[in-house]
Amino acid sequence: MSDAAMKENMEKLEDFIQKHKNQKGALIPILHEAQELFGYIPEEVQKRIAEVLHIPAAEIFGVATFYSRFTLTPRGKHTISVCLGTACYVKNSKGVLERLEEELNVKTGGTTADGKFTLEATRCLGCCGLAPVMMIGEDVYGKLVPDDIPDIVKKY
Amino acid sequence: MEMYRSHVMICRGTGCTSSNSEQIAKNFEEEIKKHGLEKEVVVERTGCFGLCALGPVVIIYPEASFYSMVKPEDVEEIVKEHLVKGRIVKRLLYAESVEENRLKALEEVDFFKKQVRVALRNCGIINPENIDEYIAFDGYKALEKVLTKMTPAEVIDTVKRSGLRGRGGAGFPTGMKWEFASKSVNDQKYVLCNADEGDPGAFMDRSVLEGDPHSILEAMTIAGYAIGASQGYIYCRAEYPIAVKRLGIAIGQARLYGLLGDNIMGTGFKFDIELRLGAGAFVCGEETALIASVEGQRGMPRPRPPFPANKGLFAKPTILNNVETYANIPVIFNKGPEWFASMGTEKSKGTKVFALGGKISNTGLVEIPMGTSLREVIYEIGGGCPNGKKFKAVQTGGPSGGCIPEEHLDSPIDYESLAALGSIIGSGGMIVMDEDNCMVDIARFFMDFIVDESCGKCTPCREGTKRMLEILERITEGKGEEGDLDKLESLAKNIKNAALCGLGQTAPNPVLSTIRYFRDEYEAHIKDKKCPAGVCKELLNYFIIADKCKGCGICAKNCPQQCISGQPKTPYTIDSSKCIKCGVCMQKCPFKAIIRK
Repeated sequence: MSDAAMKENMEKLEDFIQKHKNQKGALIPILHEAQELFGYIPEEVQKRIAEVLHIPAAEIFGVATFYSRFTLTPRGKHTISVCLGTACYVKNSKGVLERLEEELNVKTGGTTADGKFTLEATRCLGCCGLAPVMMIGEDVYGKLVPDDIPDIVKKY
Repeated sequence: MEMYRSHVMICRGTGCTSSNSEQIAKNFEEEIKKHGLEKEVVVERTGCFGLCALGPVVIIYPEASFYSMVKPEDVEEIVKEHLVKGRIVKRLLYAESVEENRLKALEEVDFFKKQVRVALRNCGIINPENIDEYIAFDGYKALEKVLTKMTPAEVIDTVKRSGLRGRGGAGFPTGMKWEFASKSVNDQKYVLCNADEGDPGAFMDRSVLEGDPHSILEAMTIAGYAIGASQGYIYCRAEYPIAVKRLGIAIGQARLYGLLGDNIMGTGFKFDIELRLGAGAFVCGEETALIASVEGQRGMPRPRPPFPANKGLFAKPTILNNVETYANIPVIFNKGPEWFASMGTEKSKGTKVFALGGKISNTGLVEIPMGTSLREVIYEIGGGCPNGKKFKAVQTGGPSGGCIPEEHLDSPIDYESLAALGSIIGSGGMIVMDEDNCMVDIARFFMDFIVDESCGKCTPCREGTKRMLEILERITEGKGEEGDLDKLESLAKNIKNAALCGLGQTAPNPVLSTIRYFRDEYEAHIKDKKCPAGVCKELLNYFIIADKCKGCGICAKNCPQQCISGQPKTPYTIDSSKCIKCGVCMQKCPFKAIIRK
């Protein structure tokens, strides 16, 4: 992220924090906004939230690391989420995930060396009718077999 | 409201949206305009019809033609033939719905025949983004009755008489929960809705939120009146963007119509609802953890008592119900508690929504009266296992539930019967497994989930589940030892007795139920080092079938271990002692001559 973009996002977040700081239980909505704006939750953002909400930074770190939706490191350009919910699992979504690891040469949870993809396993996307399912960004791919993977990845 | 001669209902639930139903809706609008039919035909984006396996689904009324697996390019033909000329496009109809050239009513189709849609009553019928459509289907009528004609005590009594029990898993009587909170004296109380549907394979709450969000708002307002609360929160999974968006729209519309806010329907009753997003923690489905999360903390449970009814959100009396529980409330007031209690069994009243998934033909959402047998749901509604495979087990209740084998399929579905079988109704996920699924691997899968999602606060759950997972991993890797099953059972017993919250107390269920019903499969792994279903990689060996092998040598060329040898044009062989079981040879063989067993 460029410095200018960083600054702009900081300002946007500041507006959001100011608007919500007096609301009860504002921390999690603010972290959601930060994750959305930056793609992760940088340390300086955690410190700023701590200052305004008068919550120790350690506590904010604790909350941010508790929930799987929040990340502390930048992500790849596209996030690939392979569903490992039960319905997908019994239909071999593990095979799909393994094929992606092989194809992208990255472990689950990691980001490719070129910063293009972050590969994740997720628990149930709620479209079990399409099992096994994965999402790349907002695009949903259903009824997958491992051999579909190379062609799909090429599209990005 | 405008009158139209035809209604094109397009499913915008998650399953159908994922297979492009928004594009289909746009194409319909475009084609309808092209033919100048905008004043005669209306396109409605609705919630889930239930039969997700056949998505995207389009139903055209008044004929109720059920078009399945529609593609955007099919739309032109449907508009030209069906809407312009009145000729139904037979090739796209759901085959089950056609009988001797006659279109069956939806209620006659096997999938729908046994269903009774109470919680799902409006899903697929109304446009969830339009409050007027909800009102046209008796929406907010129950709230009006409650606010103008009933006292809070009468409201609670009605819910109690209906026999409604919590649909989130534990099955606690809803009316009693409300009564506890109403008796708790305080200046501020809260109404919470648990929309953090975390069970993998369960998507009924998602469908209600997406297909009928106003029913939740109406029910929460009724609950607020009953216990004397003025503020509600809906805690919804952030992974459900469509549900979040529609809830937001619904709250806005309700405020505009004076159905939420300071003076609801001019009665002076004050109630408002705020939406909070979960952030991906399964344990937040537990009530005290959910409360901690709404307060902005790590979502960790705390010991009870004090129960939330006395000391809940921000230390004030709070009730927390699940989405599906709320969805039943307005109907109970409109049709009467006796009507509701007339469905179901002695201790489990009403209906329950199940999400059918896994190895089953009709994947989707079904709502059936309590007491229906598992067999009816799986075979008559669900159509059984596809591809002629043999049914092995059905998993109910997600990571807190168990696997139920064939011999118990005639059991009625109610809270007590499933508990007696070592499982639970839970939130309503129902995953069918066939002969190709290894039950030890399934137990390992759920334990892996639990270890991942355990919050770490209490030792039995944090450490105990980890030890159970290690044993299960060893067994699936062929390193199982005599006595492992005893160790698993004793750990399970201790975790069940000592864990702090529902997550830990039920975590051993998938393991216990698979040991109970599939002990021979565990023993095959431990003693014979074999995986009968052919799933556990380390226990499998690859073989070349001599009759099928043409001796092309492609397998040998691709083998990373160089453990395949042979002469061209004669059958090759695999040296099992060097094989790392990567499966490349099987993938590459053009003659399907390599098997794994």
